Parts: sequence; C-alpha cells; structure tokens
Amino acid sequence: MTIDVLERVVSREPLSSVTGAYVHLNDVTKQFGDHHVLHGIDLTVEPGQFVAVVGRSGCGKSTLLRLIAGLDQPTGGRLAVDDASSGWRDSVRLMFQEPRLLPWQRVVANVAVGLTRTPDRQARHAQAAAALREVGLAGRDGAWPSVLSGGQKQRVALARALVSHPRLLLLDEPLGALDALTRIEMQDLIERVWQTKGFTAIVVTHDVSEAVMLADRILLLENGAVALDVTVDLPRPRRRGDREAAAIEGRILERLLQR
Amino acid sequence: MKRILPWLVPIAILLAWQAGSQLGFIQANVLPAPFAVADAFWRVARSGELWTNIEVSAWRALVGFAIGGGIGFVLGMANGLSSLSETLTDSTLQMVRNIPHLALIPLVILWFGIDEEAKIFLVALGVFFPIYVNTQHGVRSVDPQLIEMGRAYGMSSSTLFLRIVLPGALPSIFVGLRYGLGIMWLTLIVAETISASSGIGFMAMNAREFMMVDVVVLSILVYAALGKLADSTARLLERTCLSWNPAYVKA
Repeated sequence: MTIDVLERVVSREPLSSVTGAYVHLNDVTKQFGDHHVLHGIDLTVEPGQFVAVVGRSGCGKSTLLRLIAGLDQPTGGRLAVDDASSGWRDSVRLMFQEPRLLPWQRVVANVAVGLTRTPDRQARHAQAAAALREVGLAGRDGAWPSVLSGGQKQRVALARALVSHPRLLLLDEPLGALDALTRIEMQDLIERVWQTKGFTAIVVTHDVSEAVMLADRILLLENGAVALDVTVDLPRPRRRGDREAAAIEGRILERLLQR
Repeated sequence: MKRILPWLVPIAILLAWQAGSQLGFIQANVLPAPFAVADAFWRVARSGELWTNIEVSAWRALVGFAIGGGIGFVLGMANGLSSLSETLTDSTLQMVRNIPHLALIPLVILWFGIDEEAKIFLVALGVFFPIYVNTQHGVRSVDPQLIEMGRAYGMSSSTLFLRIVLPGALPSIFVGLRYGLGIMWLTLIVAETISASSGIGFMAMNAREFMMVDVVVLSILVYAALGKLADSTARLLERTCLSWNPAYVKA
C-alpha cells in the first residue's frame, strides 16, 4: 500500500518538470533604523543558475538572502521572483546554517514540514521518504533528530528544503558548522541535486573555495553593494585544487583582503 | 540485588516499629503498630468508609486542579505569546502570587462555608500559579530559530502553535504540572483537616475525636499513596510525551 503511493508520487513528478525560478532585484535597499545594510542592489539571476554570494561578516549577504526568501521586506526598490506577485513563496525554500529540525518530530515528519500544501499525511510521508533517499538517508525515516550527526541533520534539512520541489533554493551558510570532510560530501550532494533538478540556487558563504566549487557566478558583497561579479566557467564536476579554480579563488580573496 | 536494595531501609524501619510496639517501647495511643494500622485499613475498607472518602477527596482534587490548571495554562499561553496580554495581567498576577493561598482559608470559609466550593477554590488557586508561571516560561523559551523556520516554510499561525510552540513549551509545562500536583494534595489536606464533613482529612479528624490513632495514621498514609500515584502518573505521561528528548528517555 505504502509502496504503491511511493511509486505513484515518484512517477507523477518527473525531475525534469522542475525548472528554476527567475530572480530580479532592482535598486533594492534595506535599512534597520539609521543603519543602511544594503545600498541599491541590482541583480538578475537566470533560471537554473547557481549563484554564490561571498563577503566579510556584516557585509549584508545574509540580509540579501532573507529579503529574497521573504523573511524581511526591502526598505526600497523592487524584488521579484518569477515576476509573480503572489504565491511564489511556496516555490522558494531556505536552508539555514543550523539544521533547525523539530526535535520532537521524527526525521520523516521533519522533512514533511516542507509539504505544507499536501493535506494527505500518507502522501506527505511517502514524498518525505523519497526525499530522504535522495540525500542518502534511506531508512532513517523513524529516527529522532537527536541521534543524528551534524552532517546527517543538515542532510535532513536539505531533504526538507527539496521535498516540495522548489524552483529557488536559498542556502544561508549551510555548511559553515560542519567538519571539512562532511563539508566536501555535502557540497557534492548539493551540486548533484542541483544538476538533476535544475532549480535556481543562491548560496551565501564566507568560504571562497566553496563558492568556486559550486557556483556558476560569484558575487562579492562589500558594504552592502556588489563589488565584484565573477563568472565561473569551469566544467563540472569540478576538481578540488584545479589551477583555474585556484586562480579565480585567488582573485576574489585578494579583493576581499584589500581593506 | 539492585532492585531489592532501596527497600531494605523501609522494611527495617517497619520491623523495628512493629517490634518496638510489641515490646512496649512505643505506646499504642502515640503510634499504633503497623499491624494495627493494617487492621484499621481492613476495617474502614470493609465498611466502605475509606473508598467513599477517597472518592470525595480525589474528586475535589481533580476538579480544583482542572479549573486552576486550565486557567493557568490558558493565561500562561496568552502571556507567553502576546506582550499586550502580559503587560495587562502579569504584574497583577505576580502580586496575587505573593499571598500564601492557605492564608485565605478564614476568608474562604466566610465566603463558601465548608462546602465543596471552598476546597475546590483553594485547590484551584494553589494549582494555578505553578502551571501559569511554567507555561509562560515554556512558551518564552521556545527556540526563535525554529519559529523563524516555520514561518519561512509557510506554516499558518495555528500550525506554528501546534507543531512548534506547544511541543517546545511542553517540558516546562510538565514541570509546572508536577509542582501543581504536589500543591494540589497539600492544599486539600489542609483544607479538609480544618473544615470538612467528608474526605480523607475529615476521616482523620473524626478518628482523632474518638482517639482512633490507627485511622489517623492510615489517613496520612492514604494521602502519601495518592500523592505518589499522581506524581507517578505525571512522570509516565512526561516520559511518553517527551520521548523525543534524550533527557527524558529512561536511563
């Protein structure tokens, strides 16, 4: 019975049907009181593009992401995801630096949190189980979050973000708290799901080499404005320690360390 | 062996007590022997007096607890969630909290006489504060990051409350529940002892008039057993509801 539902869910939603969202920011500003965090950001992200936003702490990169996620409203300017004024938030998912799992729900129910629009519980759980398989956590459906490792928790968070087949995935330093090896595994995982699903991705990170590994395009934010916009035109899968990648990384780091 | 160890001391005390009574070291009109108490239990249990009184006391306790705990829970939730509601009522409640509720007994007797309302009112008042304070604290201590996550994932206010705020506040609410149960019995014992015409406290006071010390001791033991039962039930409930929390998993 459960398997039946699973098959139907999987076959009804072929991966190719999900396309990336288009993101457009026109002169977007944000201030908290007298403090200007973002000064007139202009940005267009093409559907399916993978954009990394790097910068020092306090440069406004997380604020930018929160604006796109709809958690905050811009003070000025225009922000559009897909040119649709309403209803777009269902297709936007945000992954935080912390897993933010509900400790009182089992893993599968935590993933099902991403499916607010699916009324049927059984269908929700079947889709959640499928999403868990995608992130390499098959069979952990019934576990409590407290028994998972940091990397596994972040995988659950990724499954929760992906389960509703978002068209725009926002990642707010999602790997910042992980150890180096887990981090590499997670980078590969994120790249793989992005390639198969074709959603638009925007990742905020302060790790420049992570940005070079993952992104098509890197934005360097400085004092609330885009200081550098670099296209990373390297074939995938990218190799760590590649010479061209190192050159791009060096250029961005040099700019970052200037001041 | 580990299971027997905790029982060694109580059994030794009981044996010493029984021996002391039989050898005449302990006067029967001061403290009757354990067998005399057991005999009294048999007597009042057979006549039905014990069960009627337990029923009356338990009913008072539960009704008072439901009223006081219910109001405390609702107000605690409201004041935890809404700062308007908190500024409006919290300082008043904190002032009232400083009045020992048992000090109201003379006033309560004037208001309600020695009827059921008096005891239920006192129990409700006593139970109210621990539940109120801990519910409010529980709501406050819910991780704001989880609430933000819920918002970002499009949860409605009611879903947010049921899936994040309530379960997040639950450990603290249980602390209040267990405190409240303790106060519930304490209040009831005092109220029934001072003024009642039925219940365990009345049974004890009535027995005192006829110098039936064994029934007095029995009444005290019944209170202890009821208190223990309530606490064990709360702990069982706690372990069931909070099984996700490693701190509550049975060691």
